[in-house]
Amino acid sequence: MDSEAAKFIGAGLATLGMIGAGIGVGTIFGNFLSGALRNPSAAASQIGNLFVGAALAEALGILAFVLGMLILFG
Amino acid sequence: MADPLHQFQIQKIVDLPDVTLPVLGTVDLAFTNSHFVMTLAFVIVMGFMAMVTGAAKVVPGRLQSVGETLFGMVDNLTTSIIGHDGRKYAPFVFTLFMLILAMNFLGLVNIPGVVHLFTATSQLAVTATFAVLTIGLVLIVGFGKHGLGFFKLFVPSGVPWPLLPVIILIEFISFLLRPVTLMLRLFGNMMGGHVALKVFAGFVATAAAGAVGYLGLLIGPLAFGMVTALTALEFLVAFLQAFVFAVLTTIYLNDVVNLGHGH
Repeated sequence: MDSEAAKFIGAGLATLGMIGAGIGVGTIFGNFLSGALRNPSAAASQIGNLFVGAALAEALGILAFVLGMLILFG
Repeated sequence: MADPLHQFQIQKIVDLPDVTLPVLGTVDLAFTNSHFVMTLAFVIVMGFMAMVTGAAKVVPGRLQSVGETLFGMVDNLTTSIIGHDGRKYAPFVFTLFMLILAMNFLGLVNIPGVVHLFTATSQLAVTATFAVLTIGLVLIVGFGKHGLGFFKLFVPSGVPWPLLPVIILIEFISFLLRPVTLMLRLFGNMMGGHVALKVFAGFVATAAAGAVGYLGLLIGPLAFGMVTALTALEFLVAFLQAFVFAVLTTIYLNDVVNLGHGH
């Protein structure tokens, strides 16, 4: 296997880290929805927390994405 | 198919002569497409706020309602997270929020054949500047308000002492990672969204050029619908990322403003 092919495979493997971010963001929004349906009056005050949690979970996926980009173009 | 990363290239509109600086060496000065969009965003934000506040009425009109909603949102955010000290930091957060929002939205302006504006927030240099500004303010406020007591930030209260060395190390690393994630989140979201848009638009172009034969009749409309849906999603993401940046800035400021109580 030449190094060019290994680079592409490595970049693909690195972006697999985004699976975790997908699971994390899905869990956050799913749990928010189930909580919000049980107590809709408290939901509006937690929107800020929801997006912060989603953003923090997503940041780790983006780290994986950037790593993939670095391997591909770096 | 067109290269989806081509849209992120910096192009010179007006080339200015090179300048030699004492420490940095030779700097290639130019008025670029990135520079143009940032200037445009600045002019739009300033013009919009001047229009909103210039003819302010007690009963707001349509335009004034938009401005008041945006400002009220940031004002609410800072006072609800930081507390009564929060209003001092609202102008900083509001400035960052409006500028990022304007640049994110300008990146979505695309009239085929006429104008395709550059997305300034898809450049690491731009988002890194915002992150450095934010963390710089956090450090200034932290050291200014508490002096060396700022380092209490890394020592959460109520931790058993055998765990302290590990906790301090983890807290310190997470503090160092804050500007990095702040920078990469905005950059990654804007760049990832625009690449996805371009890839699906490339499918439409491939189908329209007849490169896949009659299969194009199926692929073309599907991909075009996808581009339309993704554009709508990108508008949401553009707003959300500006909002998330503002919320995280406020949270990081809150850590140093209310150091010691609330931890």
